[in-house]
Amino acid sequence: MDRIPVLRMGSLLLITIQVDMHDKLALQLQDDVTSRIADWGSTGVLIDISSLEIVDSFIGRMLANIAAMSRVLGAETIVVGMQPAVAITLVELGMSLPGVRTALSVEAGMELLYGAGAGFRTGSEDERDEA
Amino acid sequence: MSETKRETVPLRNSNDVVLARQRVRQWATELRFTLVDQTKLVTAASELARNAVDHGRGGSMTIEQAGAGMRVGLRLIFEDQGPGIPDVEMALKDGFTTGSGMGLGLGGSKRLVNDFSIETEPGKGTRITVVRWK
Repeated sequence: MDRIPVLRMGSLLLITIQVDMHDKLALQLQDDVTSRIADWGSTGVLIDISSLEIVDSFIGRMLANIAAMSRVLGAETIVVGMQPAVAITLVELGMSLPGVRTALSVEAGMELLYGAGAGFRTGSEDERDEA
Repeated sequence: MSETKRETVPLRNSNDVVLARQRVRQWATELRFTLVDQTKLVTAASELARNAVDHGRGGSMTIEQAGAGMRVGLRLIFEDQGPGIPDVEMALKDGFTTGSGMGLGLGGSKRLVNDFSIETEPGKGTRITVVRWK
């Protein structure tokens, strides 16, 4: 069965969605991300959707679910690279993805995650600055 | 008038939903819809195709060119032989859902197209016709 790869980089998970996803693939990804967070103790999830030509309510819900599930497991999710036409359509459809943090590019997303301490957290490090 | 170009895509499972999206994209590209218009139409098609699969026990989508001359558009017809929609007005409201979805499918896709009509009969099925003009 085909799967969307979930890459591990330090304490982050990197996911690049490059295929026109059918629904089962989207559900599989949801399962995979949550298992990886639990297995590896990841504290950040970066999802690059710059190759996606549409995000419909199903894919939008998947992104929202991943963000919510990850948060419950202690990881921050950032969705990056949404195409402008996709953003326009998604909002008109009625989904503004509340609860999902976004950034324009992978770099900007990484900065947000590292800024949030996700990239460096090591378990014992609880006294982070709360500026 | 020349014969109408038309294509029908079966909708049986979630792979067919992907195929339906690709076919609508192809047609919209050929008719030179703007990228935003293409995206809106393809997204609406995805919602309605999934509805036909998930709630209508499968069906089909027919794509055809609408209008001629100055006014050109794409018409998509989604047909299923499912249980029908008992209360159309309710089903069009955002947040209405019978399943596990967001309840944005019908109302949301209506906002993404220019013309939208539903014919439905309990026990017989549903036909939804949408047009997006260029």
